Amino acid sequence: MDPLETKQTYQNYVDKKSPNSPILKNCFNAFWVGGLICTIGQVILNICKERGFDTQISGTIVSIILIGISAFLTGLNLFNKIGKFAGAGSLIPITGFANSIVSPAMEYKSEGYVMGVGGKMFTVAGPVLVFGISASIIVGIIYLIFNTQSITLV
Amino acid sequence: MDINWANVFEWSSLLKCFVTAGIICIIGQILIDKTKLTPARILVIFVTTGAILGGLGIYKYLVDFAGAGATVPLTGFGYNLAKGAIEEVQKSGLIGVFTGGVKAAAGGIAAAVFFGYLASLISKPKMKKQ
Amino acid sequence: MEKLGSQTIKFNTPPTILDCASIVGPKEAQGPLAKYFDQTLDDEFWGEKTWEKAESKIIKETVNTVISKSGISIDKIDCLFAGDLLNQCISSSFGLRELNVPFFGVFGACSTFVESLSLGSICVEGFAENVLCATSSHFCSAEKQFRFPLELGNQRPPTSQWTVTGAGAAIVSKSGTGPFVTHITPGKIVDMGIKDANNMGAAMAPAFADTLISHFQDTGRNPSYYDAIISGDLGHIGKEIAIDIAKSKGYNIKSNYNDCGVLIFDKSTQDTHSGGSGCGCCGSVFSGYFFKQLKDKKIKKILLIATGALMNSTSSQQGETIPGIAHAISIEM
Repeated sequence: MDPLETKQTYQNYVDKKSPNSPILKNCFNAFWVGGLICTIGQVILNICKERGFDTQISGTIVSIILIGISAFLTGLNLFNKIGKFAGAGSLIPITGFANSIVSPAMEYKSEGYVMGVGGKMFTVAGPVLVFGISASIIVGIIYLIFNTQSITLV
Repeated sequence: MDINWANVFEWSSLLKCFVTAGIICIIGQILIDKTKLTPARILVIFVTTGAILGGLGIYKYLVDFAGAGATVPLTGFGYNLAKGAIEEVQKSGLIGVFTGGVKAAAGGIAAAVFFGYLASLISKPKMKKQ
Repeated sequence: MEKLGSQTIKFNTPPTILDCASIVGPKEAQGPLAKYFDQTLDDEFWGEKTWEKAESKIIKETVNTVISKSGISIDKIDCLFAGDLLNQCISSSFGLRELNVPFFGVFGACSTFVESLSLGSICVEGFAENVLCATSSHFCSAEKQFRFPLELGNQRPPTSQWTVTGAGAAIVSKSGTGPFVTHITPGKIVDMGIKDANNMGAAMAPAFADTLISHFQDTGRNPSYYDAIISGDLGHIGKEIAIDIAKSKGYNIKSNYNDCGVLIFDKSTQDTHSGGSGCGCCGSVFSGYFFKQLKDKKIKKILLIATGALMNSTSSQQGETIPGIAHAISIEM
């Protein structure tokens, strides 16, 4: 068989030839690391509640602490090792968001503190804010018009 | 005020949190391994999904069930943005559309920016040894 | 100099490769070829502030090493061909700006080493006495430009390749005792529609096969003529694909074919996935390992085919496919 017969046959041939990611192992690691990070968050959340903070404030405290830990580990050059092991397990929790802001900030330090660190900080995380905030505005507009959440369920 | 540690480490809430978060991360991992999406795109998918599910009033149930297991993943960040927008609309109408989301997420965003800048001041990227 | 067949150039008075030098980074220093390189570095910054500066220093020092090894004085070098992976080839132009030698910056992605050797050989057959050819790449500066920040906690897919930190430099000369550059086969751009920037081997393998087969057709040689057929940086997956494609076209290269990206790292212990890549990969492996093998007459005839993926981060963001290229050079002792 000639793998180069057409682009399509070549693509199929390459897909067959290329090894797949060890998805079961990756999922297992993602599961327990992601679970663990969020459980740490839950413990902090419970402590805040015991301290008498309301849910909203407690949630914010949890976010800030986890972001701080993630930034600290990134600064110690450790987060990429965790990320390599855990994949989505450390990416999907808020720790991944923090890492995606801290890592370009460190990387582009060599281009200066204003346009390097300041300018490139959001190269990875910028889209998250753009889409997240835009989605929240659309949700707000829909809520404003229909004045209910359940209408959008139908 | 004394902390009741039995409440803090109440195992059923922690277990629900652990399993829910784990499952959300597995979904992310499957996306990474099967679709070749970049990390930025995966984060965008999660935050947008969270905002939409939050807007539809569905994600609330997951948060009630799993606590931090649903709020700490990026879907929770999206949910938080949407929830903030809705609450602010209830309070102050049209202007709340624009202020609510970011207000609710302000702590996280400000912390990430500040800690990011701080880390870049004191630390240097190092080559992955592996 | 005469043209053979469709795209091969044969040298009537074959230029000789006078000497080679190579410097590689810390990870390459743990690889199986470590002892062959002229110098290995302990850290990826090499005392510089940025990776870009470090890469410039690597190519500069490699060029200085080859000049002092060869014993040729700098004013006897007629011109210099050099290239790298960074935008506008800043590593080579910044690193070599104080050399005071006529400079041609070349870009052929990871195929640059053979591209500069080819152009250098043509100059030597034409007007020049000595021509210097050099290429470099640096893992960190390449990751920064093409992929993600180093500290980002992402996973590398198993098809991805590891950019070699290192440089190779060679002096091509009119007179000398060999090894000699007898033929060059400049490659055509071949694009088989691969879009995955994490699977460069698959994107470049068709270009490799195209140049390989053109070389055999033009020269009338066959795979068994060479002691070694070496590709630049197809990596483990690209190597397998290349063998398959060549076989389907009627050429069995399995027994004497290998790849610089496969040789430079130990896949089982170094976690480099599909192997090495980058301008410095082919450059340092040829300069460090194969040149010595040729000099010691352990290998007498080698066909070196450096492969390159001609894309950048903008093109891959715009969803473009990856055009591949491969240049072949036949070196005989």
